[in-house]
Amino acid sequence: MIGRLALRDLRRAFSGAAWLPIAFFLLVATLVPFAIGPDARLLSRIAIGTLWIAALTAALLPIERLIEPDRADGVLDQLALYGLAEESIAAAKIVAHWLSFGPLLLVAAIPASALLAMDGASLVRAEIALALGTPALAGLAVAVAAVTAGLPRAGSLAGLLLLPLAVPLLIFGAADALLLEAAVSLLLTAGAPFVAGAAIRAART
Amino acid sequence: MKPLLRFEHVALRRGGRLLFEDLDLALGPGEALHVAGPNGSGKSSLIRLAAGLLREERGRVERSALALADDHIALDRELPLKSALGFWVPSPNAAMEALGIGSLAEVLVRLLSSGQLKRATLARLAVSAVPLWLLDEPLNALDVDGARLLQRQIETHRARGGAILAASHQPLPGDWRRLDLGA
Repeated sequence: MIGRLALRDLRRAFSGAAWLPIAFFLLVATLVPFAIGPDARLLSRIAIGTLWIAALTAALLPIERLIEPDRADGVLDQLALYGLAEESIAAAKIVAHWLSFGPLLLVAAIPASALLAMDGASLVRAEIALALGTPALAGLAVAVAAVTAGLPRAGSLAGLLLLPLAVPLLIFGAADALLLEAAVSLLLTAGAPFVAGAAIRAART
Repeated sequence: MKPLLRFEHVALRRGGRLLFEDLDLALGPGEALHVAGPNGSGKSSLIRLAAGLLREERGRVERSALALADDHIALDRELPLKSALGFWVPSPNAAMEALGIGSLAEVLVRLLSSGQLKRATLARLAVSAVPLWLLDEPLNALDVDGARLLQRQIETHRARGGAILAASHQPLPGDWRRLDLGA
């Protein structure tokens, strides 16, 4: 059932608007050269940080469709009655969510790096950092989606909750500290299913 | 014989309000219990407590494997009905036939009427092998034909040794024990 849930979520993501966060990511990366100007040296210095800010804001977009529709329609209840722990449901959703935006984001980082005048070596480092950090972004997105599910204005609240929690990912990712990035990512990714699971249970009425 | 559902001195509190306390009930194989009461008396909460989706404040609830049909459709709205049901049950065709919606197999769930959706949520139970059914307002939105098909499913289930707990403010067709919740 867990595998089928992850597949179902993945199908839903791609039949919906999986391209939207990616388009948003590229849009932010496009805006920066317009805002800063065409100075290649300056751009390449801020490039990695820009990629991370773009990735963080893009991660916010799908939050409202991660948990709330399934809560409102009773899917989460039925899954629990089928014997799935809420933590397993959350873990399946995190895997599906990462698969729906992580790989695409890594691909989109290539044209974005060209816009930001990055050289090949720093693109490779940035890709590694993004590959390490995006599972944690997926975990945070699902956890925050579960915490805010059913609340009014959940979308803006989710942003307020997610962005501060993602700051360590941003710092270590942009500073090219890959081991620390991996450690923070592991912590967030491993903790997220438990937070999300508890939130799903607490939201039952 | 071991009951399929048993409440012992159960109290349930929702949003600070005590809905009921010291509630005892036992449902054995073949039995059906109709929980009646006015709006807001805690019928749906009792069903969700029986399902294990809410926690009792006091007392003890024992339950066997169960299936729940309530007002939540729990079906993917952008899929055809057959695929949406197929996520939950291995034989969606048999389930749809049991509730007379076999002809809707390829219709998108979001295009179905509320009566058709009700039949779809009940269809999930019809092919499940679990001994205990929990029904929350099973007659809502059902037409005469739908109610007749539901009654047939209920009778088959009871004849197989299954038990049913149903909450409804309307009279239910057939032979039910009755539990009245106060307002």
